[in-house]
Amino acid sequence: MSPVATTITTPALAVDNRPRSHIHDPAWLRWTLISLALLFLLSFLLLPLAAVFAEALRNGIKAYFAAFEDSDALAAIRLTLITTAISVPANVVFGVAAAWAITKFDFRGKSFLITLIDLPFAVSPVIAGLIFVLVFGRHGWFGPGNMEHLFAPIAPGFKEFVSGYGLDWLLGPLAEWMNEPGMLPVLFATPGIVLATIFVSFPFVARELIPLMQAQGRDEELTAITLGANGWQTFWRVTLPNIKWGLFYGVILCNARAMGEFGAVSVVSGKIRGETNTLPLHVEILYNEYNSVGAFAIATLLAMLAIVTLIAKSFTEWKFAKK
Amino acid sequence: MSLFSKQRSVIPGFGLSFGFTMFYLSLIVLIPLSAVFIRTSGLSWGEFWNAAFNARELASYKVTFLSSFAAAGVNGIFGTILAWVLVRYPFPGRRVIDALVDLPFALPTAVAGISLTAIYSKNGWIGKWLDPEGVFFSVNQINLFGLKFEGIKVAYSALGIFVAMTFIGLPFVVRTLQPVIEELEPELEEAASTLGASRLQALYKVILPQLVPAVLTGFALAFARALGEYGSIVFISGNQPNKTEITPFRIITKLEESNAAGAAVPYATATAVAVVMLVASFVLLFLINLLQKWSRRHQEA
Repeated sequence: MSPVATTITTPALAVDNRPRSHIHDPAWLRWTLISLALLFLLSFLLLPLAAVFAEALRNGIKAYFAAFEDSDALAAIRLTLITTAISVPANVVFGVAAAWAITKFDFRGKSFLITLIDLPFAVSPVIAGLIFVLVFGRHGWFGPGNMEHLFAPIAPGFKEFVSGYGLDWLLGPLAEWMNEPGMLPVLFATPGIVLATIFVSFPFVARELIPLMQAQGRDEELTAITLGANGWQTFWRVTLPNIKWGLFYGVILCNARAMGEFGAVSVVSGKIRGETNTLPLHVEILYNEYNSVGAFAIATLLAMLAIVTLIAKSFTEWKFAKK
Repeated sequence: MSLFSKQRSVIPGFGLSFGFTMFYLSLIVLIPLSAVFIRTSGLSWGEFWNAAFNARELASYKVTFLSSFAAAGVNGIFGTILAWVLVRYPFPGRRVIDALVDLPFALPTAVAGISLTAIYSKNGWIGKWLDPEGVFFSVNQINLFGLKFEGIKVAYSALGIFVAMTFIGLPFVVRTLQPVIEELEPELEEAASTLGASRLQALYKVILPQLVPAVLTGFALAFARALGEYGSIVFISGNQPNKTEITPFRIITKLEESNAAGAAVPYATATAVAVVMLVASFVLLFLINLLQKWSRRHQEA
């Protein structure tokens, strides 16, 4: 199995949570280690989480709620929800397809393919944003200034084809749209933000499903097919019920990353207030404007998302453990 | 047989699922990622060297690699203790603590960034006891055997980078180790104790050596994650040129510069640094793969 993701996801599912106490460590050792571990956890993990809420409520509950009456904040919430609503389902479809291909068939290069699927985890979020600037930016492959150049070889044929259907009137606006800087709405717009988000949350669902479906094998699917079910019936009635908790688990992780992504999105968004700001970017803007309470108030939304994610994760693990 | 050629199977849907997988993977990951290398190849060797290895970039590699290394090291030690405690010792609240370990995966990095900055700046919960301008050291001085100690700056210094990297790296070590500790064979420990070893000796000589490959894997994973991290660090680092600029921050700065200046190969000064980072990540990924193979053999043996 591949490296980065395995640690993020699989072991938790496999872990048997019963403590083993058949070998007794001396009490002093036990309590020293427990205290050390808790102290470290408290100062490095719990404190930052608590500080988010403490800083947000620094000027009282009224100032806290005032932060949400800002129309830019609402626009940021909206954009984050739209981005997530597109990128998570896209990655779910991909994850299921990849897991089906990888676990139900034998082909050469399988482990190489799994490594490729994991690649986004090894790439810095900043580079994840950079690559979409290289493709769609002002000087990018499909950048606005580059489109004419890029499509020059097929332009005459395309023009002929379009006039053949009496659609000449389309050509003018189309050319304008392709060449005017900023008119190609990928970079500094929602599509770019969605692409960057899809990239960083790409492996979660696939990584969750591959080990699970590998462990379940192919017998049930083979039986269904032999009994006359077609591929879709087999998937919906046999495979999906078997993988639903693993899928749910992958979706939770994918969702948390999609809503919270900062580095990649900050490179491609352009940070236009009220338009291309997601929640984490809005937090940054407020913070840099020395509106600390506002920034932390918005941050509490994301912190609550994290807490819900952790609870849902524990719940799924508990479901798995029961099985 | 060529790459990706398949053996016969009764189950339908290979063409569709495999085709879609490759299409989506190429569109989202492979083609855009190749742009980094293609764009950089437009530079001459000298231009590449100047863009990727000038003094300011070297300073950013230094602070990024050293902080990542230190943070992964601290996580290696405390993550091992934490994993051991979580698997072996029952204590009240263990399940909550276990769930909490994943917080750095779940908490958006920007939130972690501003929160850590608030804690460690001079008015923060920890900062006020540490910072030279904080509530404690602005009026006190600690004299230890003639050595004057006037406080340490955490926020807006390299130490802040280290703190943020420690935060994001912890789950990697704990989650790598937990299943390995679960799988440890109790017979070995029992044998050690029957043969007269004290519990400490057994821990040190029997258990610890079995954990080494997994600890190294966790260390490498935390290190790799810290190298690329951006969101939780930019707020606390202060981004002072040649001192606390991390490499991902340099990539963003250079991207903005190269976009504005009308360079011969646009964006290429930024992609040159990105190539260095990507190569470092891929080398690490390869090492981690080797480590995990070693780790698995270790467990099976």
